[in-house]
Amino acid sequence: MNETGLLARRYGQSSSANLADVLERVLDKGVVIAGDIRINLLDVELLTIKLRLLVASVHTAKELGIDWWEHDPTLTARAGQR
Amino acid sequence: MNGPAGRASYAYAVARSFDPTRLAGVRGVDGAEVHLVPYREIVAVVSPVPLAEFDETALRAKLERLPWLEATARAHHAVVDAVAACGVTLPLRLATVYRGDERVAEVLRQDYPRFRTALDRLEGRVELGVKVYSDPRATAPVTSPPASSPGRDYLRRRRVQHRARDDTWRRAAAAAARVDATPAGLAVDSRPRPPQSPRLSGARGENVLNATYLVDAERAEEFAARASHLESEAPGARVEVTGPWAPYSFAPPDDQGRA
Repeated sequence: MNETGLLARRYGQSSSANLADVLERVLDKGVVIAGDIRINLLDVELLTIKLRLLVASVHTAKELGIDWWEHDPTLTARAGQR
Repeated sequence: MNGPAGRASYAYAVARSFDPTRLAGVRGVDGAEVHLVPYREIVAVVSPVPLAEFDETALRAKLERLPWLEATARAHHAVVDAVAACGVTLPLRLATVYRGDERVAEVLRQDYPRFRTALDRLEGRVELGVKVYSDPRATAPVTSPPASSPGRDYLRRRRVQHRARDDTWRRAAAAAARVDATPAGLAVDSRPRPPQSPRLSGARGENVLNATYLVDAERAEEFAARASHLESEAPGARVEVTGPWAPYSFAPPDDQGRA
């Protein structure tokens, strides 16, 4: 750990966090309380499994020429067009 | 039941009451400013979202769309991060949506004892992530003496490479075990996480350990330094420390979190 390590890092550096690190926390962790809008957690968990593969930002992945989710029916079937 | 003009309330976190001006200008999902919904001495941090875009059908469709998911996850995390800077925080799972602030207040009232217990347990503590990678390329390149035949030379090189990779893996695994043992002594609690695939990360090497630790805030530096130091003791292992994170992995009650 160098001088600019944890000492310099505080909350508020969130924009630089690795997307996989963020996703595994916000999708998989955190307190679950029943919202009024119920989403099918099973679906989300399936998505999470897929996302375990995704350890870079979408942008980085695209730069690497990886865009399987754009052709993956389980990820796009119900999504429609942006 | 609905909020004004078809608005719903997106909840990010539960925290102890704090000065709401500290969140001035913080925007959440959909770019809306966040505000506090109080109950006794705890608060929920929420922002309005259009109900039509966050009903079950819309949400399910959106969650499957990676660019939306990334933007929302980052917005959610940015708010949680801002709240954590104000004090002890219980991050909520992504996309926890209510039909209005009064419903949020009702949930705070219903789950008040549970929130209080969790906030007490996490007070003054942070989550740190530690990943250990085995990185064969970090070891010295193998130089082979001239061989009598190209075929035999190739086989020998392959053998040496394999052995080097195995050695590196072994060293990284040993480092991972030490990370888990040594700094874990400084940690209050820990959770293993599935290793992240290197396929898309561009991260070199194989993720041998992906774990998260709950650490007293004043020992976070020491923990990070000790974890990072293990890298120098294990050639071929790369140690990455992330955080401090709000205690996402430790916020759920034990029965939920350990499942």
